[in-house]
Amino acid sequence: MPSNKSVSDAPISQFINCRILRGHTLQREDLWVRDGKILDPEKLFFDEQGFADRLVDCGGSIVAPGFIDVQINGGYGVDFSQPTEDVAAGVSLVAKKVLEHGVTSFCPTLVTSPPAVYHQVLPQVQVHDGGPDGAGVLGFHLEGPFISPEKKGAHPERYLRTFGSGGMEDLTEVYGGLDGVAMVTLAPELPHSQSVVRMLCQKGIAVSLGHSVANLSQAEDAVQHGASFITHLFNAMLPFHHRDPGIVGLLTSDRIPAGRTVFYGMIADGIHTNPAALRIAHRAHPAGLVLVTDAIAAMGLPPGRHPLGQQVIEIQGLHAYVSGTKTLSGSIATMDMCVRHFKQASGCSVEEALEAASLHPAQLLGISQKKGNLDYGADADLVLLDDALRVRTTYISGEEVWRKDA
Amino acid sequence: MQSLVHRNLHLIQLLKLAKYSKHFPNNLVLTNSPLPTGSTPLGCYKKLIEYYKNGEISFEFVKTFNMDEYVGLPRDHPESYHSFMWNNFFKHVDIRAENAHILDGNAADLQAECSSFEDKIKEAGGIELFVGGIGPDGHIAFNEPGSSLVSRTRVKTLAKDTIMANARFFDGDLSKVPTMALTVGVGTVMDAKEVMVLITGSHKAFALYKAIEEGVNHMWTVSAFQQHPQTIFVCDEDATLELRVKTVKYFQGTAKPHCILRLPSHTIYYQKDLD
Repeated sequence: MPSNKSVSDAPISQFINCRILRGHTLQREDLWVRDGKILDPEKLFFDEQGFADRLVDCGGSIVAPGFIDVQINGGYGVDFSQPTEDVAAGVSLVAKKVLEHGVTSFCPTLVTSPPAVYHQVLPQVQVHDGGPDGAGVLGFHLEGPFISPEKKGAHPERYLRTFGSGGMEDLTEVYGGLDGVAMVTLAPELPHSQSVVRMLCQKGIAVSLGHSVANLSQAEDAVQHGASFITHLFNAMLPFHHRDPGIVGLLTSDRIPAGRTVFYGMIADGIHTNPAALRIAHRAHPAGLVLVTDAIAAMGLPPGRHPLGQQVIEIQGLHAYVSGTKTLSGSIATMDMCVRHFKQASGCSVEEALEAASLHPAQLLGISQKKGNLDYGADADLVLLDDALRVRTTYISGEEVWRKDA
Repeated sequence: MQSLVHRNLHLIQLLKLAKYSKHFPNNLVLTNSPLPTGSTPLGCYKKLIEYYKNGEISFEFVKTFNMDEYVGLPRDHPESYHSFMWNNFFKHVDIRAENAHILDGNAADLQAECSSFEDKIKEAGGIELFVGGIGPDGHIAFNEPGSSLVSRTRVKTLAKDTIMANARFFDGDLSKVPTMALTVGVGTVMDAKEVMVLITGSHKAFALYKAIEEGVNHMWTVSAFQQHPQTIFVCDEDATLELRVKTVKYFQGTAKPHCILRLPSHTIYYQKDLD
């Protein structure tokens, strides 16, 4: 018998026979959902004298918050940095496919591109919730062009930029408008970066440090001004040095403002970071670790050559190189692969591995009151996994959007 | 433990009837059962949940009335009796929310809340089975020493002993423990058709002695049940440490034939547990 309708007419689902991730542990509890949000069953019982309209038997699965990928450049042949007529269609295709990996929200990422590309691509995609058609878009991640030429990685050097005066004009000239942008990666050693960092943070846009030769002091200054993320730690930055740890030193810096956390992205595909390095970072600062795929257009495609941004990429097995070189250009691992690899390489608990792909990215983007966790009132974006952390079913707002072997 | 088996037998008996009552809608057997909270009955609830999960019993037609609740504690506080009952019992079984009654310690008019509780018990046809533990000071529900033996559901200030005993649920901080509670009265419990008191542990031994070997006395309110027609005290060995050896031997001697006499034929199934 459903509730007495004193609060809502909407049907209530009860997920039973499962272990849910709550309070940083896996608990044997049922999960209740109404109106696309996690419901408090005790309130339902005492206030509304209600119970569930339908039971969903999870078959003993782990129920985790849906994964959030804050760095993904494309996939399945779609390259977000390619200025096509219908960018939205490409984003939608990827959004639909990543449901299979347990991803329920993501930030389409653009690598360094000429202003014309940003001006064409950005206005075509708005922030929107996910659903049966695909994962939700949280906003663009603009990785470049304000980065260091010495650490450009796979980014095309001719489109790198510096700040003119550090004012808004520098950003609008390159990007156009900043609506629908969730995060910007920049190199803090560039002159006038501090005012840019402050401006972006004031607009609610996360600032990430990456593709940079900054020393620790420059990185710490950027954090003081509001930077809160490190783009793919270890890659495209100075290596750790014991007298100047560089950006890596932020993991244990004592100059982080109180109450703030510096998060750092890790590509746990087994290629971009040696497992020992992954473990060093994890042990130094476990609460800040955010798993990202940094997946490129070739993710999901067979081996061969494919366009990325303004360049051509070559797939060899699980590696993706800038064609003709040995420079890694991004990964083709999926988010669930990253979660499994991270757990196996770091020896961390299941809870920690799952939180690195859900809670931490939500905290980074400041959306943890509705995403990234299964607390009462949060959006019911769920991923059901078996004990080996393989995805069985994906839900968005309490509705099933993908099932294995459907 | 023999006594553990007996207490579960008794509740199972009544709850089995409740399950069968689904087939006889005009003849509903309502097991009205004031429910205890605290450390003693947890094992009891776990067993009931186990029997429910095995499909042996159902709570769909069972009405429950909890015997007490703190005043002024938010309902969703982890130490409120609403939270206790939800987490340890209600959420695991098929009881209907409208049949589960707990006093509201945050009601605007506490006395009216208490009177309405008494009315709800009457409407449900009265309590069939009361199950409860006792405090080290012999109190039943929150009927502290000095409570009237004919009292009804009301607001009570808690005795210092009780506050100290409860401190362990509030991080050992006495200032966090509520000082008042709503409770069913001794008279309310005496109106129940059957009373089952659960007493385990040596720290309750002296209270048990006062309850059954001394006279009826408002300083040990559980002693009131000496004047109830159908009461069972279920104890473990430690709880009997302050009783006369003769008393203990007497009750141990009567236990087996008592159970055989009391059990209706369709529960002969449980005989093996008596050995």
